[in-house]
Amino acid sequence: MTHEQRQELLESLLAKQKAGALKPRDRFDIPPQDMPEQDAAVRRRNVHEVALGYTETQARLEAMRCLQCKTAPCVRGCPVRIRIPDFVAAIAEGQYGRALDIIKENSLLPAVCGRVCPQEVQCQETCTVGLRFKDVSKAVSIGRLERFVADLGHNGAAAPAVAPPTGKKIAIVGSGPGGIVAAADTRRAGHDVTVFEAFHKPGGVMVYGIPEFRLPKAIVHDEIETLKTMGVRIVPNFIVGRTRTIEQLMTEDGFDAVYIGVGAGLPSFMGIEGESLVGVYSANEYLTRANLMKAYSFGSGADTPIAVSRRVAVVGGGNVAMDAARTAVRLGAEKVYLIYRRTEKEMPARVEEVHHAQQEGIEFHLLQSPIRIVGDENSRATAIECLRYELGEPDDSGRRRPVAIAGSEFRIDIDTVIIAIGNQANPLIRQTTLSLEFNKWGNLVVDENCRTTMPGVYAGGDIVLGAATVILAMGQGRIAAAAINSDLADEPQ
Amino acid sequence: MAHRIAGKKELGPDVFWARIEAPLIAKARQPGQFIILSINNDYSERIPLTIAGADPSDGTIELIWQRVGKTTAELADLAEGDEIANISGPLGTPTHIANFASVICVGGGIGAAPLLPIATALKSAGNRVVSILGFRSKDRLILEEEFARISDELIVTTDDGSYARKALVTEPLAEVCGRDPKPGHAFIIGPTIMMKFCCGVTRKFDVPTQVSLNTIMIDGTGMCGGCRVEVDGKPKFVCVDGPEFDGHRVNFDLMIKRMNAYKPQEQQAHEQYEQHRCRIGLDE
Repeated sequence: MTHEQRQELLESLLAKQKAGALKPRDRFDIPPQDMPEQDAAVRRRNVHEVALGYTETQARLEAMRCLQCKTAPCVRGCPVRIRIPDFVAAIAEGQYGRALDIIKENSLLPAVCGRVCPQEVQCQETCTVGLRFKDVSKAVSIGRLERFVADLGHNGAAAPAVAPPTGKKIAIVGSGPGGIVAAADTRRAGHDVTVFEAFHKPGGVMVYGIPEFRLPKAIVHDEIETLKTMGVRIVPNFIVGRTRTIEQLMTEDGFDAVYIGVGAGLPSFMGIEGESLVGVYSANEYLTRANLMKAYSFGSGADTPIAVSRRVAVVGGGNVAMDAARTAVRLGAEKVYLIYRRTEKEMPARVEEVHHAQQEGIEFHLLQSPIRIVGDENSRATAIECLRYELGEPDDSGRRRPVAIAGSEFRIDIDTVIIAIGNQANPLIRQTTLSLEFNKWGNLVVDENCRTTMPGVYAGGDIVLGAATVILAMGQGRIAAAAINSDLADEPQ
Repeated sequence: MAHRIAGKKELGPDVFWARIEAPLIAKARQPGQFIILSINNDYSERIPLTIAGADPSDGTIELIWQRVGKTTAELADLAEGDEIANISGPLGTPTHIANFASVICVGGGIGAAPLLPIATALKSAGNRVVSILGFRSKDRLILEEEFARISDELIVTTDDGSYARKALVTEPLAEVCGRDPKPGHAFIIGPTIMMKFCCGVTRKFDVPTQVSLNTIMIDGTGMCGGCRVEVDGKPKFVCVDGPEFDGHRVNFDLMIKRMNAYKPQEQQAHEQYEQHRCRIGLDE
């Protein structure tokens, strides 16, 4: 469809609507709007964002596909309950500022969530339009619409208003998505808020983990700037637990409440032979080198090196695995294999990332799992040995359990292996805060309002949930902030 | 908050000492802990350095390093009054200090620097402290006086015999371990290959041995796992599980190979930096 055709269609639909003659039938007939993207062959050689964003006409057409269901099943699918039909209707009417305001009632980071939320298993999964076509990919593209208004409004958006000072001090530990939301929400209530970040730059996983081609760093930077404009202090290079303990923050430094949003941050390995060979990375390390430390500019500015790889095997099927594989492509690898022990259907990655990875030439090795990494006399990885699997009975997670096929071993020659099978809970807070209760997986125990077992200390995101998503971390940051605000208001002055 | 260099000197060829403003770290640090620094914000690498000393009253920490790569060279070229953009810490589990009756502390080269606070704490805990310091040559000797002050016995060696005893540290180490009673515990910090051979000696005499590992790191908080070493055949993270380990269980051979993973790139970066530095020098 050309731009002119889209424009024509939009005008005819608007005219029909004005005449009160627009039927659901007409909405079903609007073709789902594809996201304009950088060509796969071109983007393999750059780190710029892959998805380019809707044009205004595309956004309005896509918004008009929405049936405005009274029951709003999409809202039930959204972890932070954004009033989706209302903001989509505003876009259809061309009221972009209003659309953004509606989103911002519930979500602070629409430019981020529009890009990284797994919409197909959240709001879009339950969309009536998608159900009508029996195809979730034909649901209204709520995420793309969210991104459209967020990007439009990005520069003009004023920082949220801040209530008069309460005299209470809040410490936010970690500047990832949960920390940003908790900081903003507690600051809005008038508290004095300080965010402590262990790295030299704030943003957490959005800066070290999610690559530029999926989430431009400028967007994260702007969100952090908004926090600063609100008067939130950001302290980098500060490791809570080591630089100061939580007890010290509360008893000596005068903080009335602490929110722990440190993420999962302890990469899991498989426990197979050869995992410590040279050339074997955790996805965290590989992505941190490439993103935060800018290793793609090694030799032309950046000091941090990264493996110069020809053949890379990435192990895992989540977003992080896709990010690592696609980063390897951009760093010049000739062949990138993605090894996953189930099938594409069970992959936890966003569908869009899976498609993008395939378009970029990443070779999927499904129903396979490594049993050993082989090295040469210099302990450099040279091959990965795998077993083939078949799907058996469903396991606890409802996914069919992969069962190894005896005698199916085979080898793939590689020089780099990236393990992207998830994270365990980081032990730093546990090692240094003895009065907090952790569960057997090392995750913090909290109540439904994100209160930990230590008075005045709250927690959310991956350190509570295990590996989750940006939006779930944000949702918990919001719950915790509400609890902090109400608990502090109840306290005698 | 940048960190000002309050004092700096060259201790020997390519070996530097600096006192750096880092008040919170100065207050919190314990023997055995390290920091991670990066000199500038955007493109600098992050490197771990063990804390050689600290003065909580004036809020400074002491670092000692050798000019071996780009970042250590850049650091060496900073002057008193210059600033380091990022220092985070103190990181790592502090050394377990206890009274073992007698201990043997072995420092190789600049490994003497992180060893000093540990040896000092061991002395304060009531141990008889025997220290062995080994250097390549006389001009590389550091901290002799400081160790003499806190040791009951100090043995200095040089590889080339240009000062004190001509030997590798393993030789006096074997002698001390062979005494009756033998040392209750050994603490060894130095080049990886030195620690490997020292552990060979203490294993022979069955002296429990602690080594402090200084691997490649990025975050230093357990997030990346780049620092992992094999201990008893299992991966351990130097940053959060260490930096100190039972030296008899560490796979030093694999560690040495992992430390060399980026050798060509490190050399390239260092050469580029030194060439650039020379050009600036010529232009002046």
